[in-house]
This record gives sequence, C-alpha cells and structure tokens, in this order.
Amino acid sequence: MKVPFSWLKEYVDIEISAEELQEKLFSCGFEVEELLYLGENVENVAVGRITKCEKHPDADRLTVCAVDFGARGTRQIVTAATNVFEGAIVPVALDGATVREEGGSRKIKTGKLRGVLSEGMFCSGEELGINDDFYEGAEFDGILILDGDTPLGADIREVVGIDDYIFDIAVTANRPDCQSVYGIAREVAAVLKKPLKPLDEGGIHPVETDVRFSVEVKDTKRCPLYVGSYVKDVKIAKSPRLLRRRLALMGLRSVNNIVDITNYVLLEVGQPMHAFDRKFLHGDKIVVRCAGEEEKITTLDGKEFALHPDNLLICDGERPVALAGIMGGLNSEIREDTSEVFLEAAVFARDSVRKTSRSLGQRSDSSARFEKGVYEIFPWMAMTHALALMERLGCGTPTSCTVVGNLSSVSEYGGITPKEIATTYEKIDAVLGIHVPKEEVNGILRRLGFGVTDRGEELLVTVPLWRDDVEGFPDLAEEVIRMYGYGHITPTFLERAAVTHGGLNLAQKTERHFKEVLAREGYFEAYGYSFYSPKDFDLLRLPADDPARNCIRVANPIGEDLSVMRTILAPTMLANVVRNVRRGNMSGRLFEYANVFLPREEVLPEERKHVSLAVWGEGDFFDLKGAFEAIGEAFGLTFAFERAEKPFLHPGVTARVMLGEKEVGWLGELHPGIAAELTLDRKVFLGELDYAAAEKKFRKTISYQTVPAFPAVERDLAVVVDEQVTCAQLTACILASCKAVSKAELFDVYRDARLGAGKKSMAVRLTFVPDEKGAERADGYFQKIVDRLGRDLGATLR
Amino acid sequence: MEDTEKIAVEAREEAEKAESSRALYEIKMKFLGRTGKVTALLKGMRDIAAELRPAFGKKVNDLREKLEGIFGEIEARVKAKEMEKKLASEKIDVTEPGRHTAQGALHPITRTRDELIDVFAGMGFEIFEGPEIETEYYNFTALNTPADHPARDMQDTFYIGDGVLLRTQTSAGQIRLMEKKKPPIKMLSPGRVFRSDDDATHSPMFHQMEGLVVDKTITLCDLQGMLDEFARKMFSSSAKTRLRPSYFPFTEPSVEVDVSCTACGGKGCSLCKGTGWIEVLGAGMVNRHVLENCGVDPDEYTGFAFGMGIERIAMLKYGIRHIRSFFENDTRFLQQFKD
Repeated sequence: MKVPFSWLKEYVDIEISAEELQEKLFSCGFEVEELLYLGENVENVAVGRITKCEKHPDADRLTVCAVDFGARGTRQIVTAATNVFEGAIVPVALDGATVREEGGSRKIKTGKLRGVLSEGMFCSGEELGINDDFYEGAEFDGILILDGDTPLGADIREVVGIDDYIFDIAVTANRPDCQSVYGIAREVAAVLKKPLKPLDEGGIHPVETDVRFSVEVKDTKRCPLYVGSYVKDVKIAKSPRLLRRRLALMGLRSVNNIVDITNYVLLEVGQPMHAFDRKFLHGDKIVVRCAGEEEKITTLDGKEFALHPDNLLICDGERPVALAGIMGGLNSEIREDTSEVFLEAAVFARDSVRKTSRSLGQRSDSSARFEKGVYEIFPWMAMTHALALMERLGCGTPTSCTVVGNLSSVSEYGGITPKEIATTYEKIDAVLGIHVPKEEVNGILRRLGFGVTDRGEELLVTVPLWRDDVEGFPDLAEEVIRMYGYGHITPTFLERAAVTHGGLNLAQKTERHFKEVLAREGYFEAYGYSFYSPKDFDLLRLPADDPARNCIRVANPIGEDLSVMRTILAPTMLANVVRNVRRGNMSGRLFEYANVFLPREEVLPEERKHVSLAVWGEGDFFDLKGAFEAIGEAFGLTFAFERAEKPFLHPGVTARVMLGEKEVGWLGELHPGIAAELTLDRKVFLGELDYAAAEKKFRKTISYQTVPAFPAVERDLAVVVDEQVTCAQLTACILASCKAVSKAELFDVYRDARLGAGKKSMAVRLTFVPDEKGAERADGYFQKIVDRLGRDLGATLR
Repeated sequence: MEDTEKIAVEAREEAEKAESSRALYEIKMKFLGRTGKVTALLKGMRDIAAELRPAFGKKVNDLREKLEGIFGEIEARVKAKEMEKKLASEKIDVTEPGRHTAQGALHPITRTRDELIDVFAGMGFEIFEGPEIETEYYNFTALNTPADHPARDMQDTFYIGDGVLLRTQTSAGQIRLMEKKKPPIKMLSPGRVFRSDDDATHSPMFHQMEGLVVDKTITLCDLQGMLDEFARKMFSSSAKTRLRPSYFPFTEPSVEVDVSCTACGGKGCSLCKGTGWIEVLGAGMVNRHVLENCGVDPDEYTGFAFGMGIERIAMLKYGIRHIRSFFENDTRFLQQFKD
C-alpha cells in the first residue's frame, strides 16, 4: 500500500520526520518496504520572475533574461527556450542545482553561453519529474510557466508538490482496513497518540428527488451488499489541483472530476466505486447476476469478453453494464456530457472477483482491492465520502435516492451491529505473559477505535466495524502488545510447562545413520524436486505398462517438466549426472533419499522412501554394488544380486537386488543407447533401493557373541571352471560342501589360453570355523571341497 | 701360552675395526668360536701340569668374560650405527599425499535440518513428519485458513485432485499430531513443501521446519525465550531475537521473528541492509480455532508455533546466495559440506 506523507498529515498532526514515522509504523506491524522522497534529484531550484528578455548579442536562438528571486536577489539566465516572456514566473535551477534527466540527474553550474554569463537554467516539468496532474503545463515541451501568484524565491519542490514522501507499506492479509490512506492514518494516530481527524467533517446535504432506482441482487453469495446512490446536476470538469496531485502521487492519471472522485475514494477509504451515466441505465434498474451462456461485455478500455456463468455482472433493466468489481462497461461510462450519475459501492466476494479476473485476464485497481477483501462497512463509508466530495467540490448534488441491494432496511451503515467481546485484563496478560496496566490496555484499544467499558477486572470491548478480523481476546492481546511494544516481552523458558521427552525415534535415527553410511562410502547427498516430466519415463524406455508409469499428476503444474510426482527416483538422478558432466564434473558419486508417490485406493497416495545412487567417471558396476554391500554390512542384511534386465540399463551389466525372496532394488550400467542420446561420453551406473522394504529387515540391535578362543584358519583355493560358472555358484557350492567353511570370498579371476578355451581360473579365500585342531583339520576338508566342486561345477584344481 | 692380556688387546683392536655386526660376529668367532683362540687355549689345558690347571682355567675364563664384555660393548655401538644408517635410508617425503577412502557428504539441507533437530530435541521436542501430499483440510481448513483465502488459490498451491494438494506448509503436521496426542506437546515437523513459484529467488519445492508447543499457561514470553535459545545455539552465543507483529491464520497474536545479524552481530551491514536484524521465521500463539479443530480445549491449553525455511537458515549459515543451487546437485557445491 502506497501512502503519501502529505496525505497522512491531513488526518493526523504528525510532528516527526518521515524516517521516524517509518520506525513507528514498523514497530506496530506495518513494515515500510520503501520510503521514497519525491523531490529526489531536484535541488536548489527556486521560483523566479523574468523581468527582462533580450536577444543574445552573438546567437539568434538564445535569449538573455534577468530574473528576480525576491529576497534571494536577481540572476542572469541565458536560455534557448522560446516560451519565456517578460513577467513569466518560472522554475530556475541555480548554480550548483540538480535536476532530473532521463534515467538520472544532472548538475547545473554558472557558466558562459556564447560569451554571456548564465547563472543557472530555466526548468521544464520533465526536469522536475512531474506531469500535468502535479502542475498544469508540466507536460508542455518548454519551460514550465508557474501561476502568477507563486511566491518568488520559493523552493520549487514545495510549489509543485514533490516535497513529499511515499511510504510503500506491507499490509498483512488480515488488515484490509489498512489498504487505504485513511486506514493507515488511523494506525498512525494510534501509534503517535494523536487524534484522528474525521473523514467528512461537513457531512452531506442530499436534496429530494423523484428519481427511483431499484436494485436486485440475484447472487447474494458473490455480492453480499450493494449500495447505490443517484447524483444529479453533475458538471463534468477537470478535478481541482489537490485531487489531481494526490492521484498523481499514487501513480494514477486524472480523467475527470467524477471518475477521479471514485478513484480518490478507493485510495482514501479502500472501497472500489463505479460511476454510471444514468441515461444509459435502462429502466433505472440494477440487477446483480451471473452471466448467461454466450453473454458478452465490452469494458471501458474497449476489450470485449465472452463470459462464463461464474462471472458476476452488474446489469441494468436489459443488459450488462459492468463486470462486477473489475471494470465498468463501455456502454454506460461517464462522458463529457454526463449530467446525472449513479454511484455504486458494493461488496463482491474476493474469490469470485479473483477467479473472474484471472480467467478473463482482466485486472484493475478495483479487482486487486476486492481480492484483498472489503468489509460491509466500507461501501457505506465510501458512499458518504464520495457524495461529500462531490458536494464540496461542486461537481454534483447528492439526492435522497440511495438504494441498497440485499438488505431489508436502509439505515445508516445498513444497521450492521458491531461485535462485542467480553473478557478480562487477566486473559490478555495470560496470552502475553506480562502484565500490561489496564490504563494502557484501555488507551490503546480506544485509540484504535474500539469501544472499551472498564468493569474492574472485566472489560467489554466493542469492535469497530472496519476491524472484522478481530474475534476474541487473543486478537485484543495482539492489538495491545503491538502498540505497547514487543520490547516489553521478557523471555522466559517454559517455566510452568511439563517436561517432555524429545529426540529422534528409532526410524529417524536409522535414516540419519543410513545417510552417513553412504557419505562414508564416498557418495554426496543430492536433493531433487519431487516432480518431473512424463517424458522422463520415455527417456528410460519404460514400456506403456511399466508400473512406474502409474503416477500422480499435478492438476496445475508450473509446466510439463514438473507435472508428475516421482514413482522412481532414477530420472532425477540421471538428470543430476548429465548436469554434472556438462559442467565438467567428469567423475562423481551421488545418492538421494526421498519419497516416491504411489497411487492407491485411499484419498492420499502411498509415500514410500526410496534411495537412488549413481557412480560415473571413475568407478564401475562393482563400486556401485559396494554401496549396497556397505548398507548390508551397516544394517546386518545380506543382499543377493541376480542377473536381470531393465529397459534403461545395459543388458549384460544389470542386477536385481534381493532380500530373501523380495526384490528391493536394482543396479546397473546406463544403457549405452541412452548414454549416446544424452551425449554422455562416459559410463554411468545407476541404482535404486526400496528403502521402506529394506528398512523392515534392518538389524535393530547388535547381539554379541563370545570371541572364539582359537584363531580362524584361512586357505586359498584356485580352480579352473567354464566361463559360465558364476561367482555366486562357486561360493554357494563351497559353502554347501563343507559346514566348517564360514566364508568363501572370490579374490581373483584369471583367463589365459593355457587354461583352455572358454575356461577361467577363480581364486577363493576360504575361512574355516575356528576349532582346536586348526590348520590340520582345514587341510582335511580341502580335498572334500575340491571333489564337490569337480562334481557339481566341473571344476579342476589349478 | 700367549698372554691373555695380549689376546684381549688384540681382540679389542680387531673388533674396533668391524664395520658391520656381521664382520664383528666373525671376529668374535675368531676368538670365542669353536675354533677360536680362547677355545684353543682351553684345549691346550691338557698339556699343562695338573696343579697349574685351576689357575690357568680361571685365567682363560676371565679372558672369555672380558672378551664377551668387549664384543658386547662394541656390538651395541655397531648395531646403533647400523640402525642409524637403516633409518636414514628409509627416510620418506612426508609431504606426499596420504591415502584414505574418499568421503562423500550430506547435503546442506540435511545438515541444517539435523542441526535444527538436535537443538530442539535437546529442549524436549519430538520429531513428527506428516505426508507431503495432503488434504485441503489439514493444509488449510484445520489451520483456520478460510476457503476464500488467497493462499488457497491455484496460483499458489499445487493441486492433485479434489481436496488433495501438495502441502504448502509443514504446519499441517500440527493438526495430525494434535489429533493423535494430547498435551503436553513439544513437536518439530521438518519436511518438503511446495508452492507454485518458480523464479530466481523461489523454488517450487523447498523445506520447512515447524515447531509446536502446547501445554498449560504457555505465553508469548515463553515463545521468545525458546527462540532466544534457538538463536544462541544455531547462530552465535550472543544472538538475540526481536519480535514484530505479523499475521498468519493459524496463530494469534502472530509475529515475525528477526535474529541479530549473523554477519555483523547487529551493527548493520550489507547482509542485514544496515538494520542489524535478519528475518528468520514466523511464529505466534496457536489460534484458539486451531486447538478446537484438534479437540484441544483452548481454555485449558495454550501454545505457540513457529515455522522456518530450512534453506533460508542454511543460506544464512553457509552464505549460500541462490536457493536454486540446493537442487542442482553440482558436486563442486556438495563437496564443500564434508565433515
């Protein structure tokens, strides 16, 4: 919300500087995001009267002027301007002055122009940064000619209305009353402990009329209140300077007195209004209803809209005349010859305005204001204010014809009854944790417009109609403390609260440990978005019936790239690798621990923890497999790895990860075809673990076993086998052949022509269960194992 | 018979010349070995008159002992010299790189999240994680956010279907916990949240940490006391907090909480834009409607809640400037968070 300092001063006697006011507003909950001085870059520019104009002796186009600055003396100015004349009162940038220039400012110094002394420069409106609304004539391409009665020597900033500050204030969503200059003024008055001047001191004096308007609200949800008033003897003209300047301060251009008043009231009171030319309202009738099928409207900016039945319209007896809360229709707008006006001030539901505004792509100051919400009191305040302004400025005569839609009786403020809150001072103190003296409580609430009846320990508070956000004593406590000052809060540490047992539960501790295990194995943790593109499934060549494609779609995604919830993490991980390689990170290891989202019958989908892994550059399949083994070691699991195939992995370098009978993951080399598509010039290994499934089998506690009394005996065994024999087969066969072997680990594979075609040598280290006979016994088993390997796998001792 | 003294002198002279323990051994054998001079002397005892034998024997034994003493002494010296030489030959360049398994690292979001959890767990908070896909009820309605509140607009919230959405705030966890558990409650709810924002300073997904305390006689003073403790543990022992009025539908009163600037300590710098304060979180006293919605009697219990962006805290702690760098997973970024 933008608020000019000068405008606030109309309602509150402010004696502090703009910077001090900024601090005060901040302390009571209104952060000033920007404090802008309008006279920035306009310095040392004074009002002068040209007393003499003479041609420059050596330049046809230059004029030498003598300028009188009253008490500030006289100067000689040489100018190329053609609109200056003797007697003209003009702004003059004196020696050392600053004026505006497109994109910045420039300095003015005394100097010679073609040999003649010039002690400054006459200024145009542009050089002062103003337009016609600040000062009539400012947009003329030449020197700004000031009014004849402008005091000589005066600072130009005061004369043209730029010696002013704009406060750009962040207003929280619960305070629609402060989306207005007067609302902010009310807060300023309260925080400065100064009286707030009334909005319309003079009031209004409506005249009797025979004109009768009728208002029919057909959709009272979208339009809870409609107030209309007929104004006669309207004289369309330019608005007076004060009005135009204030609109200009807020960035609005002046149109004419009637339209300006509606805009002015919007800014000052925070209630959008609309003025219709009565002669275009057929039947003196207003109907508020939703659009019919194929109905259209042309708004006053000339845009035509095809409407939807959700769009609320203001209609006359026959046709739409305004898009409710957004913009008036071209067919009923105020024109040069308008002589009678029907003024509208209504409450339109904020979501209704928002939806219509969004769906039609039509926004306005009015719609923006309605989206923030208006209370039922606002139309009454606005209507009274607008009529008073019209009367005061002589642009129309208020009449007795005020009509209300959706209310049974017409009375002042529509007979809305204010809320009452009965509470105690103690309850307010209990929220805050400090004692605030009751005089302070009463004073603060009264200054904010609350009615307070002090009943000793209890108090009865009447909530002002513009503070519909206030519901109970906690709200009152907030009002009190924000004005009393948060600095009064004295930090305590739950002195009276019960002791609770905090900390991580087992699953949370396990998760932490799990991540640390992977980090220890050289993996860096990655975080990916929970959504990706459905095209990612295509990239992985997943068939149409692949379960991963059964995913949850976001109804309103930012784009197709972020439109489906992840069912597997691999696509994100692959994207991470591609991004890293493109950035020159040629080797790396990553993991991500995150939810995947699986559709199911219930309202909410299943959220299941997965872990994805990647190795690229240095490292191969077995490095990645090592990560699974490290997990197994850390959590007491034995994963089994079986040859498998996945559409996106190398068919010869892919394994599924088994935990007992259950498949809990996979790993393998990215399919070289996909790598080529992505122009990856190095191998990438990907893996994914269904963490939720694996976690169920995690060892929960460590059970200690006595350390054996004898050392374990190890023996190495090398056998020649056919190429097809796998490591898993070999070790399984060894373990099956002899119970005394506790571990059989492959440590070398060797291929050589001398071994024979299609043969390889596999070397295994056997560890025997320790016993008292030790080495002797192990040697005894050795032959038995070799025999069994020969029988089952055709192995021969090398 | 040779003079034993002479032999002793001879032995010492020869032994002194030995360059290595091996050479010394050979010399020793020359005197004390089976064919050595001392043994030869003993063998010659046969030729000595019986009455002289004891004296002779003693003399030879004395000689043996003496020689053993000499060789022992010289051997120690030679060995020490040899060790010296060996050590000199084994000298390494200690500035060559060491060997260790290359470590990875946890993501700065995880680090910050865990650090926050540890701070609050120490104050008796339990950790509760709600679902990332939520119902409108838990995300908005129960949190006192009316149906026409702008936050519910499609503009800000990702919807999945009718009444189901990607949670926009971890505050949803408040309701789920309070439905399950009766006060006293101290809960921390970290997690992913989603907003329909995608530009240089926003990410459509980020992380929040919600805190909730519900008990008898909880006040705004307690809120600030706890946040002071949080600021001291998380940022610096001299950190302070400042409350200022704000608005959230689910708290009343609501406050914005600033922490004294982490860069300048409150003097004013470019990070805090000269104010000495940095906005870190939103908080407030739990709205009575929210307690009622969870079946907690607001006349008996009160509480406070606070919520902060984990990325925001991480950015302050580590000086990370762009929120998007958290999700690019560039290894040059991630490597900097090794322990």
